[in-house]
Amino acid sequence: MQEIREISLASRIESVEEAAEMADNFAKAQGLGDDFIYAMDLAVRESVANAVKHGNKFDESKDVSLTFADSGEMVEITVRDHGSGFKIDDIPDPTDPENLLKSNGRGILFMNSFMDEIEWSNADDGGLIVKMRKRR
Amino acid sequence: MSDITISERQAGDITILDLSGKVTIGEGSVALRNTIRRLLGEGKNKILLNLANVGYIDSSGIGELVSSFTAVKKEGGTLKLLSLTQKIQDLLAITKLLTVFDVYDEESLALSSFE
Repeated sequence: MQEIREISLASRIESVEEAAEMADNFAKAQGLGDDFIYAMDLAVRESVANAVKHGNKFDESKDVSLTFADSGEMVEITVRDHGSGFKIDDIPDPTDPENLLKSNGRGILFMNSFMDEIEWSNADDGGLIVKMRKRR
Repeated sequence: MSDITISERQAGDITILDLSGKVTIGEGSVALRNTIRRLLGEGKNKILLNLANVGYIDSSGIGELVSSFTAVKKEGGTLKLLSLTQKIQDLLAITKLLTVFDVYDEESLALSSFE
C-alpha cells in the first residue's frame, strides 16, 4: 500500500527547514537508510527553496505544496508552487567555467545528482510542478 | 537560534574560522557572509575556513563559500578550505568547485601555504 503525506508551506525561507524536517520524519517512518534520507533532504530543501524564491517570489498569499509518496519500490516527492513556471532548458549550467564563480544556480544540479528522475511541468492553472523520484 | 556557530582564531596574520553546524539557506549563510565582511573590514584578508564540524551544507551554503572566496580575492586576499567532510567534498566535486578552492586536510599545511 502506498504511504502518502502532504503539507502546505508558506512562501518564506523558514519553510525550507520545515520541509526538510518533514522529509526526515517521512523517510525515517518508511525505514529508509541514511544515504537515502540525505539525498531526499537535499532535494527537498533545494526544490522548496526554489519554489519559495523563484516560483512564488516570497509572496505569502501563495503556498508551496509538498507531497511524499512511498510505493514500496520508489519514493516520489512533488513540489508545487504558484509562480509563472519556467523552462528547465533556460537554466544555465553552473559547472560551465563562466558560471563557476556565481553565487547561485546550483540547486537543480543537486536535485538531479541526488534523485533518480525529475519531471518538470507547468500546471494548467499556473505554477510549476516538480516530481522527483528515487528508487529504494 | 542560528544553526551555525562560527569561532574565530588567529595564527599570525591568518584568521581561522571554525564553523560548526549547518551552512544552509537563511541564517547559516548570512552568518558566514557577515563574518567574512567584518574580517575584510578589519583588513584581515587571509582566511582559512575549517569545515570539519559542518554537518550539512546546501546550494545556498556552497554559494556563500563561492561569494566569500570572490569577496576575499577582490580585497587582495586569499580564502582556503580546511577539513572537508565527505559530503561537502562530494558537493564541491559535483559543482566542479574543487578546481576553484585550495583545500587542505591538515591545518599546519594550510597555514604554511599562505606564506
